[in-house]
Amino acid sequence: MEIALFLIFGLLAVAGALNLLFQRHPINSALSLVVVMMSLAVLYWSLGAEFLAAAQVIVYAGAVMVLFIFVVMLLNAGEEERSSQGSRIAYIAGIPGAAAIFCLLSFVFLSERSHLGATTLGGYLSSAVSNISEISHTLFTSLLLPFEVTSILILVAILGAVVLARKEL
Amino acid sequence: MSHLNNFEIFLLLTIVKIAIVLVITLMSVAYTVLLERKVLGRLQNRWGPSRVGPFGLLQPLVDGLKLFLKEDMMPLAVERPLFILAPIIALGCALISISVVPFGAVTLVHGVDLFQIANLNIGLLVILGVTSIGVYGVALSGWSSNSKYSLFGSLRSTAQMISYELALGLSLVGVVMRAQSLSLRDIVASQSAHGAISWNLFGGLQFIAFFIYLMAAYAETNRSPFDLSEAESELVAGYHTEYSSMKFAMFFMAEYANMITVSCVATLLFLGGASSPFGHLFDHIASGPILTALISIFWFVAKVFSFLLLYIWVRGTLPRFRYDQLMAFGWKFLLPVAMVNILATALALTYHG
Repeated sequence: MEIALFLIFGLLAVAGALNLLFQRHPINSALSLVVVMMSLAVLYWSLGAEFLAAAQVIVYAGAVMVLFIFVVMLLNAGEEERSSQGSRIAYIAGIPGAAAIFCLLSFVFLSERSHLGATTLGGYLSSAVSNISEISHTLFTSLLLPFEVTSILILVAILGAVVLARKEL
Repeated sequence: MSHLNNFEIFLLLTIVKIAIVLVITLMSVAYTVLLERKVLGRLQNRWGPSRVGPFGLLQPLVDGLKLFLKEDMMPLAVERPLFILAPIIALGCALISISVVPFGAVTLVHGVDLFQIANLNIGLLVILGVTSIGVYGVALSGWSSNSKYSLFGSLRSTAQMISYELALGLSLVGVVMRAQSLSLRDIVASQSAHGAISWNLFGGLQFIAFFIYLMAAYAETNRSPFDLSEAESELVAGYHTEYSSMKFAMFFMAEYANMITVSCVATLLFLGGASSPFGHLFDHIASGPILTALISIFWFVAKVFSFLLLYIWVRGTLPRFRYDQLMAFGWKFLLPVAMVNILATALALTYHG
């Protein structure tokens, strides 16, 4: 059951990501990204991280991507124009670079597998234990400093946006 | 049902539950429209629909038939796939969110809860998530229509829904902290001890959160006095200006289905869900499993119905906000008050709970 979900939504995520690159209209690309986010949420859920799945849907699909689409609508952006000749550096470095990054990431994750801890498909789905309390406990005890620093970073970003917007007025 | 195994029983009962809940939701959407037209009529000193059937009771069916038989106009300059997708997203999200709502007391048949389609341990977050996906229906309909009225309507509506989603979500945090769970069953169970006294609205001292939720919910469903996205004096009909026939009907049904969902959530979170306001005072009079189940459903429906009446009453009474007033109200008043409420609830729970 869970392996079927994993296959369907994993393929959907990859297809959405490819569609994001190949679509020429920004709103279609943004909608493909929404599909990727939702598929990722289902994958999280099938790994037993239901709070992460809900947060993914609410924050990324429901707020961030809506803002993307809002901006596209507001600017009335049209279809992108493909220039006849792309950057030559992109052609030379693109595919080897992407392959190198993929190899590096998979090497790191595979070699550090024992430290990262393991989860199984459908891990906690059958039990009624919620992982919200566990997440919040970790977040507010051992990871308190990174959490607070991140919130200050976001606050600074908001203030910066306000400053930039005030200049226009 | 002895020759079926557990999974088959679960599957069959779930399909039956989904079908029944879908039919009942759509029927109640239709009759909420009639209720609104009747009550609004009486508020404005006129009769409302009274011709079709006794007291106009068949009016929703005839309206549905009319919309179904109308010509489905598709303007030439629309973005076709998104134009068709938008009403499906809107109605789909509105109907999906009802699936985690518990309608009655826990009634197990072969291990399957009869009065709730899915009991998730993050039920409340699922409702919030599905509601936030519903914004796409409005946003895409306005953009794909290729019309300035639709675009303005959907821009207004999207900005309004994103802004009020924050106040809506924050107003529910106090309730979640009291129940210590995001499961809607647990939240209901946390308030059902002594009837109305232990409801979050009264005994839980969450009345500030309740009023924030109420106002944010009106804005979230684009209802009066926050119905700027379809301000007919400025924008023709807002984001569904270019829609006709069944596609228009889908937006219309989505709006009323959202109203019903929001009323259900308010009932579950603040008014004790399907529990009786008298607590267990009269339990000895109405005993027996069937009667208990029916009484719990009666209380749930009565609470949701009173919320819908409140919706209509507000629409008949209050004038529409101006757009800057709407935004200032959401960001400068509702959001800070919701945060103060969270702090106060947390402090109270720390020192007394």
